[in-house]
Amino acid sequence: MTESQKKAGNVIRVRGLHKHYMTAAGPFPVLKEVDLDIAYGDYVAIMGPSGSGKSTFMNILGCLDKPSSGEYTLDGYQTAELDGDALARVRNKTIGFVFQGFNLLSRSSLLDNVSLPLVYAGIDKAERHARAAVLLKKVGLEKYYHSMPNQISGGQQQRVAIARALVNRPNLILADEPTGNLDSVTSEEIMALFGELNKEGITIVLVTHEPDIAEHASRQVRFLDGRIVQDSQRGFGELTAEAGAA
Amino acid sequence: MFGAMLGEAWHAMGANRLRTFLTMLGMVIGVGAVVLMMAIGQGAQESVKQSINSMGSNLFIVLSGSTTSGGARIGTGNAPSLKVGDATAIGELEGISAVAPVTMGTAQIVFGSNNWNTSILGTMPSYLDVRSWNLADGYMFSDSDIRSATRVAIIGKTVAQNIFGDEIDPIGKTIRIKQTPFTVVGLLEGKGQSLDGRDQDDTIIVPLTTAQRKLFGGQFPGSVRMIMVQAETAEIMPAVESDINNLLRQRHNIREGNDNDFSVRNLTSLANSAAETTRTMALLLGAIASVSLLVGGIGIMNIMLVSVTERTREIGIRMAIGARERDILMQFLLEAIVISFFGCLIGLILGIGGAVLVGMLTQATILISGNSILLAFSVAAAVGIFFGFYPARKAAQLNPIEALRYQ
Repeated sequence: MTESQKKAGNVIRVRGLHKHYMTAAGPFPVLKEVDLDIAYGDYVAIMGPSGSGKSTFMNILGCLDKPSSGEYTLDGYQTAELDGDALARVRNKTIGFVFQGFNLLSRSSLLDNVSLPLVYAGIDKAERHARAAVLLKKVGLEKYYHSMPNQISGGQQQRVAIARALVNRPNLILADEPTGNLDSVTSEEIMALFGELNKEGITIVLVTHEPDIAEHASRQVRFLDGRIVQDSQRGFGELTAEAGAA
Repeated sequence: MFGAMLGEAWHAMGANRLRTFLTMLGMVIGVGAVVLMMAIGQGAQESVKQSINSMGSNLFIVLSGSTTSGGARIGTGNAPSLKVGDATAIGELEGISAVAPVTMGTAQIVFGSNNWNTSILGTMPSYLDVRSWNLADGYMFSDSDIRSATRVAIIGKTVAQNIFGDEIDPIGKTIRIKQTPFTVVGLLEGKGQSLDGRDQDDTIIVPLTTAQRKLFGGQFPGSVRMIMVQAETAEIMPAVESDINNLLRQRHNIREGNDNDFSVRNLTSLANSAAETTRTMALLLGAIASVSLLVGGIGIMNIMLVSVTERTREIGIRMAIGARERDILMQFLLEAIVISFFGCLIGLILGIGGAVLVGMLTQATILISGNSILLAFSVAAAVGIFFGFYPARKAAQLNPIEALRYQ
């Protein structure tokens, strides 16, 4: 598949995705027959109450977890065919993760934190630091290259995490409750940053349960009991009819 | 990438200094103990080896044996069964490089106002060849001295020091042995202790005939106490031994079924068994010390397991941003190796220091060989890899989702 064909198509294509966990009482379904397409450059908010399966879905999208059955095509690759090392490469190059708890390495400087994905991409130190510095500047933290994560505020830590997610120039950013630990003003700043990134052409998928955060996205998808019950792109009636039929 | 990982291992070690130090301590003690014990063990081996070399190589000693006369048995070396002619006959056997008949006793010797009691050996010039002994000064007496029984003496280093001191050159001086004046013509090189701890330099060598006629003359003229025989190679020693036995039985007219009136001893095999004993001791010391190395390794594994548990979340983050299993494995393995490497380095320094100290305090021979250092190092590296592998693999096989959720 060529670069132009990719850009025209979908970065994420999910068909008939099913996921269950084994419990003592037998298999417990978490995701049931999920279909979803996300185009390059899309900005999607995934919503739903806890237990609806949205986090499991995010983990599968992020290649951290594998579906029990169904197809997941990411950036043109059938993820089921990839081995552990190839999946690690996908996480390294195609996806940038932003977590609720920031998840920075507490013993490393901001510059080292941001350049960490480049270590696993096998890039030498000078270029790592140069690229990390550019991104820290982009998120407004050029004064803090050598600070430690515990010396800056939560909002600033999340900016560092976003810089880290961007450093390997991914097509897709997966953000799991990125504003969950932040106050409303800081949340707005972070969402503004996501908006900018999306304008630059990066696909963003974020999980949130706050409707006003989801408003920033151009498309909202709602999960309930392991199914997609609402997709702003497809219209309400269509999906509710499907859900009713099933 | 390797450089970055090494840097991170260094970082992780620095993050918990006391713990890193304690982990290292197991390694330090283990390597230190191995180096010290091997230095002591190899030192003992070395000193035995020196004693063996000083004794002479491929050596037999033929002693006049016990005889029974009228029901009373006479101890080895006291019966007058060996003659100078036996020595000459042995010398004509195949595979013999040197033969020296020896008669001996002790005597008081006097020079000026000094006197000293020492052992006197009456022998032939070939004695020095048999014992691989050289002169430090002067010359060895000759066969003509044997024929004419001249009163000349070769003295050992200890004797020279005791009666001449450091100032006087002994060569050409006249000493009295049992009141008989002897001219000192040679000074022996120092040989040090023998295997049984005797000072080999506390001796005087005189011509065999002189000893027989002028010093220990009497009961059995012409008989010698023992004959020292040197074989050409170690391989032919068993054959030579049976040749000597057959020859002497024939010469002494011993009928089949009767006991020998002499005995042949293989000194080299005795020495070798002594060497074998010290080798076993050295191995034992090394083995005991290795146990502490093992304990040190288990300490590393223990701490690395704790470290993996503590850093579960960090591992999850690394996996999420693209670390492969083998990257995580390498990271933790490298940490274990760095810890054991530095532990080993410190242990090596302490072990060598300890060995030098023991050497100074006890006068024992201490030998620190490159081999023992290499061994300690490679064992330490192996311990680091072996005991670091399990925790590292455990880290690498963590489930990233669970690791990220870990609090």
